Amino acid sequence: MSTLIYTESPLDPTDAIYDFTLPAGNGWMHELKRGQTFRIVDLEGNQAADTIFYNAADMSDRYSAQDTIREQSAIYLTTGTKLMSSEGNVLLTITADTCGRHDTLGGACATESNQVRYALDKRWMHACRDTFVLQVLRWGRGASKADITHNINFFMNVPVTPDGGLSFADGVSAGGRYVEMRAEMDVIALISNCPQLNNPCNAYNPTPVRLLIWN
Amino acid sequence: MSSETILFEEHLPGGGLWSWVLRRHTTLRITDLEGGANVGFMAYNADAPLDRLNLPDTLKAQYTAKLTRGHVLMSDMGRALLSITADTCGWHDPLGGHGNAALVRAKYGERNYQQARNDWYRNAHDNFLVELGKHGLGARDLVANVNFFSRLNADDEGRLAFHAGNSKPGDTVDLRAEMNVLVVLNTCQHPLDPSPSYAPKPIKLTLLKTPPPGTDDFCRNFRGENQRSFTLTERTFA
Repeated sequence: MSTLIYTESPLDPTDAIYDFTLPAGNGWMHELKRGQTFRIVDLEGNQAADTIFYNAADMSDRYSAQDTIREQSAIYLTTGTKLMSSEGNVLLTITADTCGRHDTLGGACATESNQVRYALDKRWMHACRDTFVLQVLRWGRGASKADITHNINFFMNVPVTPDGGLSFADGVSAGGRYVEMRAEMDVIALISNCPQLNNPCNAYNPTPVRLLIWN
Repeated sequence: MSSETILFEEHLPGGGLWSWVLRRHTTLRITDLEGGANVGFMAYNADAPLDRLNLPDTLKAQYTAKLTRGHVLMSDMGRALLSITADTCGWHDPLGGHGNAALVRAKYGERNYQQARNDWYRNAHDNFLVELGKHGLGARDLVANVNFFSRLNADDEGRLAFHAGNSKPGDTVDLRAEMNVLVVLNTCQHPLDPSPSYAPKPIKLTLLKTPPPGTDDFCRNFRGENQRSFTLTERTFA
């Protein structure tokens, strides 16, 4: 069996310069300055926070799931993982993690992939990719669907089996668990707090996440 | 298959780069000539390139972390782009991504064009960008890539190890286009190949005219998810 390693943070939420609770189904796009620490709290447990980061100076240089996997020769994200960009920059480093494992293989839900995965008549249901599209269009500055790259699913557990299978396992998260990361450069964070109701990634009950920033 | 006709063939040396628009229902056969080749691969709907290969969607729809016969490469709009209709290798890597100039320099050292002419050290990232650029695409259009003929093994902790000897001389994989598909590929070494020597292997590319998939097609019927991705592609031609 695999072992999960938990790392706590010394930071106190009362010292945070930013504290926001993001309901499920909503999006959030926000700049983080180099050196700031960013925490996502899974308030009620087993809630996927679909997240993409961008180099704030050039959004075409953005989080890359495969570069992150390649750089650490490992699939799961946890304390110590460097979140790599498509141009080989370290965007952020995970500095604390009381969940122990996060996914970057499963991507975001989309109305069209819900049609493929569940039924052709599921297209109307809300999905992360719709949240991402609305957020990047509102961000402006030429951002579009092309900027919606493969994301991180914080608090989600997607194990790869030895024979090359992909499973969507029970969440390893629980209410109050969090992941924390330090911005290594000025970055833009984009989050869709996942609204998926067709599979257990949110335990069929999407719930809020809390977002905190420290200087 | 007796119903296939060879349209053309090309050889691509190791470290090389290539792109082509496959017409719907043609098949690209990639042959690993010497064994141990690696083919980094991205794909786009040629008629609307914002509709592009999405490996996370492809893998989760088919509950797989490897690719072989029966699997369909799906777009982020839920459509079947390409079907793997034949495969003598059995395992193609969708996880490891590709290397860049810094990785090649750190692993193999520097050998530039001025010194070595066409034996210079090339890297997959720049090769992808060059071929994407020829079609009006760029860095924002990079997607997670397949590495045909390569395999990584994951342990319980999620650590990855390169599986040497995955592909034999003469191994082939057949990719049938289910729509008009822009494919962008290169033959740089796998980024997690531990070999300290720069020795990327050559491939042969064969374009075949093949029959459209019938209702009994193996890839279409591999899973219900695949059937629905075929339906979404066919609706775009309705």
